[in-house]
Amino acid sequence: MSEKKIRRSILARCIPRLTSLAKKGPSGWMIMIGIVIVLTFIVITMIGPWISPHNPSALFIGPPVASPSSQFPMGTNFLGQDMLSRVLCGGSVMLQVAGLSVLICFIIGVPIGLFSSYSGGFVDSACSLVMDALYAFPGLVIAIAIAAMLGPGVINMSLSIAVVYIPTYFRIVRSQVLSIKELAYTEAARAAGAKWHTILFRYIFPNVIPSIVVVTTINFADAILTAAGLTFIGLGVSIDVPDWGLDLTMGRKLIANGAWWVITFPGIMIILLALGFTFIGEGLSELLNPKLQH
Amino acid sequence: MPLLEISSLAVDYRTSRGTVHAVNDVSFFLEKGETLGLVGESGSGKSTLGLSIIRLVPYPGVIGGGRIKIDGRDIVALPEHEMQTFRGTKVAYVFQDPMMSLNPVKKIGAHFVELIRTHEPNVSKKEAFERAKTVLKNLGIQPERINDYQHQFSGGMRQRIMIGLAIALNPDLVIADEPTTALDVIVQAKILDLLESLRKAYQMALILISHDLSIILERCDKIIVMYAGHMVEYAEGTELHDRPAHPYTQKLLQSIPNIELSDQKLTAIPGSPPDMLNPPNGCRFWPRCSYTMEICRVKEPLLISIGRNHLVKCFLYGEKGVQSE
Repeated sequence: MSEKKIRRSILARCIPRLTSLAKKGPSGWMIMIGIVIVLTFIVITMIGPWISPHNPSALFIGPPVASPSSQFPMGTNFLGQDMLSRVLCGGSVMLQVAGLSVLICFIIGVPIGLFSSYSGGFVDSACSLVMDALYAFPGLVIAIAIAAMLGPGVINMSLSIAVVYIPTYFRIVRSQVLSIKELAYTEAARAAGAKWHTILFRYIFPNVIPSIVVVTTINFADAILTAAGLTFIGLGVSIDVPDWGLDLTMGRKLIANGAWWVITFPGIMIILLALGFTFIGEGLSELLNPKLQH
Repeated sequence: MPLLEISSLAVDYRTSRGTVHAVNDVSFFLEKGETLGLVGESGSGKSTLGLSIIRLVPYPGVIGGGRIKIDGRDIVALPEHEMQTFRGTKVAYVFQDPMMSLNPVKKIGAHFVELIRTHEPNVSKKEAFERAKTVLKNLGIQPERINDYQHQFSGGMRQRIMIGLAIALNPDLVIADEPTTALDVIVQAKILDLLESLRKAYQMALILISHDLSIILERCDKIIVMYAGHMVEYAEGTELHDRPAHPYTQKLLQSIPNIELSDQKLTAIPGSPPDMLNPPNGCRFWPRCSYTMEICRVKEPLLISIGRNHLVKCFLYGEKGVQSE
């Protein structure tokens, strides 16, 4: 019931914003463009297996390393696979990994941030220490280390990426809770006899959500790039699943022979997808933060 | 049995630089339906005193000693979950800043429903909603606006809603901590009149905390003047206005502008309140007092009785007297 109420109040604030995005100026446009890009990619990936002209994993459909032609608009790689089909289908793993890792980050990072900063004291110090220690590592390095330990697979990749980004969620939530729990309305709720869970879930959490939304969307872009990085160095999924990161690895050596098409098209896809999420995130943070609006 | 009885209450803030005795040796009692005024400068301990009654003194504050009895029950040692049922049902608090006192993501009605159902779980949502509408009507706010958010109301309306939340469960005591400081003068009078009429209608006691002595004088049965954590004067009704005893109270009264003597210059009290980490020895007011004697610098005066229900903490009225404890 409480969740329903929170959802309703957030919807009440978000829906008018979404419908009048274009009126909100540049940040509104950024969000619109971002949403269009991301939705397009999701749709392409979902219907990819049906619209692609060839089986993306089938070998030697055409001659190896054939340049773009009317039969193979994006050329072929050294295994003779059709690049257009691979580009259309290759986003599936990346999107799954990004979505799953963001979900894991959210499920773990947000509650820890909420409880630790709300309770304060020793618990808070201990959580902050662990999170800061994680934060101190370079993100890609720790993701590679964990992925190498866990082995390939969508879930393992998501886990290793999640570990990198949990501290970001923790820190954002923690700093927000620290300020909100001192505000007059939480104090007033306490003075009216509200219990701790009421204050945490009905007063503090709904007011933290705007900042979490921003982190989440920016986090999507980072996760896409990290996932591409992991598959690029061979820590991704098995070789028979089409994936843009994998195509980059395979095309890396061919570029010296002038076969630019093998890495260009998957690379553009990765960049565009990350850009879409970044647009949404940056636009939202500008829109939701009144200080940045002027 | 009085509704609220406070005896030799001490509230300390234990900071890393030392202990601040924010409230020191305060005693008074309040009957049902009475209005008590707490007046003093910022930092004099009046808000701390108010918050200690609902045991919400902010960290690192602790109740260092004394008793707070509500309906004969000492709440100082009460477990937290029992204290939670006290807040809102027995004692309600109205805060200073109405602009920030309501949750920005919740509708006004949801505040009422949550408050009522926290303390009376058997009440259905619909019933709580209807009760909230009645309260809003009594406050002069259209009941249809129950589904609006806080930012759709003006400051005065928000403070009325806060007062509505305070009285929604019919508490015996409402503590209003500078309820009108953030509002303009006209709205201020309206809010205070509203509090007054509600107090009469609901037969509740009211503690009005303010730095504005004129407001307190106008509306309170009993008045406590606080200075640097001490209760320096206690008097009933007009007694304080007619016969202010403590030099601090006299100065406060002189600093109220008078419309009839408009050519008279306003007097200000020289100096500033003491550093509470290192309060002066003896009487805490002596550095700013114009009657300072030798004894004031070394010895702390006792609260002595100088008339019917009139107590003062000053050596000008002799050294002996009834000790407050």
